[in-house]
Amino acid sequence: MVKIILNGTETEVGDDPSMPLLWAIRDLTGATGTKYGCGVGLCGACTVHVDGKAERSCQFTVGDAEGREVTSIEGLDPSGDHRLQAAWRELNVPQCGFCQAGQIMQAASLLAENPKPTDDEILSAMSNNVCRCGCYQRIVAAVRLASTGS
Amino acid sequence: MLKYLETTTDDTTTDVHLSKLSRRGFLGIAGAFTLAAYGGRAEAFETYKTGAAAMPRGIVDDPLVFVSIDSDGTVTLVAHRSEMGTGIRSSIPMVIADEMEADWARVTIVQAPGDEPKYGNQDTDGSRSMRHHIQAARRMGGAVRTMLARAAADGWGIDPADVTVEMHQVKAPDGRILGFGELAETAMAQPVPSHEEIAYKTDAEFRYMGKGEVQITDLRDITTGAAVYGADVMLEGMKTALIARPPVVGGKAKSFDASKALEVPGVVAVHELPYGGLAQKFAPLGGIAVVADNTWAATKGRDALEIEWEAGPHGDYSSTQFMEEMKATAEKPGSVARDKGDIEDAFAKAARTFGQTYTQAHMAHIPMEPPAAVAHYTGDALEIWAPVQSPYTARLDTAKALGLDPEQVRMNVTLLGGGFGRKSKADYVTEAALLSREVGAPVRVQWTREDDVRHSFYHTTSAERIEVALDDAGQVTGWRHRSVAPSIKSTFAPDDGLPMPLEQGMGMTDLPFDIANIRCESGKAMAHTRIGWFRSVSNVPHAWAVGSFVGELAHELGRDQRQMWLDLIGAPRVMDPTADGLPEDFWNYGEPMQEFPIETGRLAEVLNRAADGIGYGRNLPEGEGIGLAVHRSFVSYVGCAARVKLVDGRITVPEMHLAIDCGFAANPERIESQMQGAAVMGMTLALHSGITYENGAVVQSNFYDYDVVRSDNYPRNVVTHIVEHPFSVHATGVGEPGVPPVAPALANALFAATGTRRRSLPMGAQV
Repeated sequence: MVKIILNGTETEVGDDPSMPLLWAIRDLTGATGTKYGCGVGLCGACTVHVDGKAERSCQFTVGDAEGREVTSIEGLDPSGDHRLQAAWRELNVPQCGFCQAGQIMQAASLLAENPKPTDDEILSAMSNNVCRCGCYQRIVAAVRLASTGS
Repeated sequence: MLKYLETTTDDTTTDVHLSKLSRRGFLGIAGAFTLAAYGGRAEAFETYKTGAAAMPRGIVDDPLVFVSIDSDGTVTLVAHRSEMGTGIRSSIPMVIADEMEADWARVTIVQAPGDEPKYGNQDTDGSRSMRHHIQAARRMGGAVRTMLARAAADGWGIDPADVTVEMHQVKAPDGRILGFGELAETAMAQPVPSHEEIAYKTDAEFRYMGKGEVQITDLRDITTGAAVYGADVMLEGMKTALIARPPVVGGKAKSFDASKALEVPGVVAVHELPYGGLAQKFAPLGGIAVVADNTWAATKGRDALEIEWEAGPHGDYSSTQFMEEMKATAEKPGSVARDKGDIEDAFAKAARTFGQTYTQAHMAHIPMEPPAAVAHYTGDALEIWAPVQSPYTARLDTAKALGLDPEQVRMNVTLLGGGFGRKSKADYVTEAALLSREVGAPVRVQWTREDDVRHSFYHTTSAERIEVALDDAGQVTGWRHRSVAPSIKSTFAPDDGLPMPLEQGMGMTDLPFDIANIRCESGKAMAHTRIGWFRSVSNVPHAWAVGSFVGELAHELGRDQRQMWLDLIGAPRVMDPTADGLPEDFWNYGEPMQEFPIETGRLAEVLNRAADGIGYGRNLPEGEGIGLAVHRSFVSYVGCAARVKLVDGRITVPEMHLAIDCGFAANPERIESQMQGAAVMGMTLALHSGITYENGAVVQSNFYDYDVVRSDNYPRNVVTHIVEHPFSVHATGVGEPGVPPVAPALANALFAATGTRRRSLPMGAQV
């Protein structure tokens, strides 16, 4: 049985080490905030943190994640009030909302590494997170708001 | 979490809990609303006719169906339209709450299941939710406010005209106060007042409408991962299915071997589904389904299937060859849809003529959430959870496919991770239901992104030929538009290759230009894939052609782009269906022309606002240019001014202004977000999105060959201008009208920047 540390809790995620972390998190633990969007690492809807770094959970196997700290949107902040989540609400970012967990996880990883990114650094870091509704303008503004307070 | 209505009881407050929503403060809100002028303010809300009554099962405006009040004061409002990102799940309840004087912080929203006899039409498409439902929402809110006032007045033994209703409280002149919760039981037992008995708010008294300060109800859940979309419904014992569908529509498996699939640990069953094809509405395509304990096992199982497909009647479809045929057809006379004046005479007498042909590839919606549905068949009942735009249609279609009475089927609506028209067609729901019956367990059908790109109901492909007759002075004396595009009709009935009036009416036969002789014709094009509606539908190819042509004509005649548009639009006028030669079966988005006419002054206004906003006419550096386009669709008017800047041969868009006139702007904040989204989707379809076919099958499969606009190159600064109107100027569409003018504005901007003219969509991101 493969075990990972999901949102701070040791969690069993089946016995197939080839299973993508995405499906293990969703189907085996029932944490559905992490979304399937493309399955090939091109849209970012499934972004989680592994040891604090953004990873595409559709491209990361549970075998690779064994024993490591995996954080999904549900575990980003105990009360759901991470400064990025607050900024997302302040600026009314989402339309359909489906990609937003992945967007927020990607942005959280960016700010952890680079607390005051320039706009170009934000755009570059977020460029593989697709939003088909087209919320980019507000996404970038929300990352900026969370990082600078304005 | 998304809350569902319980159908086992009419008491909609069951299982509904107060959810206080985080929101920004409401500054500058309207004052107390008194009923003092009882019945004297009906003029504050003059009702008007819309096309709503003609929709299947029309409008229900019974407040007892949509509104309930709990004894703790929680007001529960039913959202019966599907939420796919427009904000409608919040915006219509917001209208009810406003007219009712309910405090939005004490409003809970529950999502209606697919049940049109109870809730009225639920087809969330055609940009008509606010257009059709704002009046019913006001009526219901006003009725409940009146019922609360009467209940309080009865209890106090005073005249209802003397009580005041304000923010969840009813007040007597002597200072006595009762909360909505305290009045819930007696108020909701009052007779429902008629429209004439209700003293409506004046525009100045609106608290939420027109303000844009109410946040969408799902905002917190979306940002914490708690929001429930189709694939997020988890049931005890649920299996997951992936389906290998025929690569060519109408094809089937000649033979298949499931033995290796069944050896995959976790795979529990393999089933062949009945096959579909064209003219079968939203029936599934059929194929071989692998049912497993989880998605990964189903994925591996499907990969292990060995299938020999036979293509069926559309195995020769080549989109390259088809495009050449359509372009040739567009050169020849077609079926006449609009004939104003004498076009033959105009061309015969022309000093010169000018024409161009514009094309557009098929497109796929690719909502971020690929289709998914959960079904649980229990022998005498079927319960479904799915992201669907038309839940009642999905319910009826699925009941029929399983031979069930619709009464045996319950259709729960989750949030939609994008829709754009794809999720009006619930083939994925029927698949889940069929498989649940087969395996005797709840089943989730999950479409992969490849499934979504390859097995959609595609936006049509088109060739549009526009030719004008010009006199000596360069004035346009004749306009002939020939459109060739396979019709949505082919999805519903045997194809005759010709479009429906509703497709022709979206940007071709409604041409608002002041030209003496106009003819619109449609050439035949048979469908070889499932054609469905995509956000903005036929307005996309029509606006692409008309808008690009206006830009080309301006250049041809050596005129300014903006002046060319204004000259063609002419003086402000209301189009006269007879004098303008509109077809007898002209389709005005289902709306009566008297109430929703075509007003050219509004068209010119949004063009000017967008152009002024971007500073049209200013000097720009080398490699930059501004393009303009304006279009009326879904009864709204949108002008687009885009600035293109070439960076290392790549088309970038540093700035775009969208000006919209959608009548009364009920929720400006969501209108702005829809315009920002339209800018992105418009740029995607302009630069990137094209579905092509070889040997009947879709060539593309995922984001690597069906790319979209990303944050490294999106319309960087989208500025929205909303034309302000009072409630008396009827609210019109918002979700779709922003898209059509974007691509032609970008093409005109590209030309202004580089002198390069692109006439095919997608036009590519590089120059």
